[in-house]
Amino acid sequence: MGLNLKDLISIKDLDRDELRLILDTAESFKEVGARDIKKVPTLRGKTVVNLFFEPSTRTRTSFELAAKRLSADLVNIAISSSSVVKGETLLDTARNIEAMQADLIVVRHPCAGAPLLLAQKMTSAVINAGDGAHEHPTQALLDLFTIRERKKTLEGLTVVIVGDILHSRVARSAIHAFKMVGSSIRVVGPPTMIPREIAHWGVEVFYQYEEALKGADVIMILRLQLERQDGSLFPTIREYANLYGLTPRRLAMAKDDVLVMHPGPINRGIEIAPEVADGLSSAILSQATNGVAVRMAVLYLLSGVTKHEPADSQRTAH
Amino acid sequence: MKSKERIVLDALEINRALSRVAHEVIERNRGLSDLTLVGIRTGGVHLAHRLAGRLKEIEGVVLPVGALDITLYRDDLHTKREQPAVRKTEIGFDITDKKVILVDDVLFTGRTIRAAMDELIDFGRPREIQLAVLIDRGHRELPIRANYVGKSLPTAADEKVKVLLREEGEEDRVIIGNGTEP
Repeated sequence: MGLNLKDLISIKDLDRDELRLILDTAESFKEVGARDIKKVPTLRGKTVVNLFFEPSTRTRTSFELAAKRLSADLVNIAISSSSVVKGETLLDTARNIEAMQADLIVVRHPCAGAPLLLAQKMTSAVINAGDGAHEHPTQALLDLFTIRERKKTLEGLTVVIVGDILHSRVARSAIHAFKMVGSSIRVVGPPTMIPREIAHWGVEVFYQYEEALKGADVIMILRLQLERQDGSLFPTIREYANLYGLTPRRLAMAKDDVLVMHPGPINRGIEIAPEVADGLSSAILSQATNGVAVRMAVLYLLSGVTKHEPADSQRTAH
Repeated sequence: MKSKERIVLDALEINRALSRVAHEVIERNRGLSDLTLVGIRTGGVHLAHRLAGRLKEIEGVVLPVGALDITLYRDDLHTKREQPAVRKTEIGFDITDKKVILVDDVLFTGRTIRAAMDELIDFGRPREIQLAVLIDRGHRELPIRANYVGKSLPTAADEKVKVLLREEGEEDRVIIGNGTEP
């Protein structure tokens, strides 16, 4: 089977089989990254545009390497150098890029829904690389890939997501994905950072870190997004670090073979202690390696559908 | 409509063909030094392992066997609506300065072999690439020829040739069916 989708906007676009297809395909692409010549001719002649309205190093570089290892041509457009500062609308910017025959457009935008809007109006494939507090689907996919690689399964695992759930698109995508594959999810953080509607998501809510960690197979730490805080969600960074920093003492409360994950960039000494980040349980650098393979898989699987109608006519309701 | 299928090689004949190919490999290469085997997924990989087994019985030498998935090197990806499934390429040895015998089940247009050679060369610079196939059914679209052929089978272009192997849970046999098969 292939992936019969034009765009990847949300984990909810996928069913269980499609999700598994992406992870299996990524496994094959990981082998390409281990070769001396890390390049295959698969997407020769295709153009990928990284359209980033928010700063990003990791995700942008990861997509860039993924596209280049598939032999696609890649253009990076960052907000500081784009026409947005001259007053052009999002749609006009995107339409101009499309008019230059871009096949795949990778979008990061501070507003939730911006990638969906583009997907609905454009014939190019659109991949959401993070939109506001909505979703970051390729991050969730690479997290699942990393866990499956280490634990050999995803079903029945207990995953603890720690931190600012409210502002986190990483958490939102991850929760949808973990539910689909049958992991059980706990979230923990200060009450001000746990959204009220979370009861409907089918997750267990904790406010005490130690309690949430009992029996945990995976700890997914969210970055404390210092740039998104308005200063009223917790008293001080020091207090946050005391209550929700992953220290060796707290790590010992989880299962012996617990996996520690973080989407990066990490705030050392705040949400994660340096000895944990660099410790044996940490999968943080594997996440970065696997991110490229997973994005290669997504670019490859979405590149098949070339001439198609905008997503308006396809399935979707987010 | 149900197609007519007939068996063109049975298990015994497949075995005999492999034995003959094994002897031809040894003869042509004057032994097995610097030889490696690389099967093309999926059928070719099973046949490469069988050939390696046969060569070990005859010469007592164990050759390394790799697996090649050529999907990423296909020349028709841009014509497909849904991208074909990609499986893993696994070549756990260095092929530079080695003789590589590519193994596939059916040689048809030659496009798979073109892709396989391009992929192999991304792994190193083999001294020589040779090609072994169980069935050569003709209808080449590229200037490619096998060094070792289990059986040459004249076919019509729209006929389907299938190699079924016990590694895939089938009884060993090669069948040919007409093109109206669903």
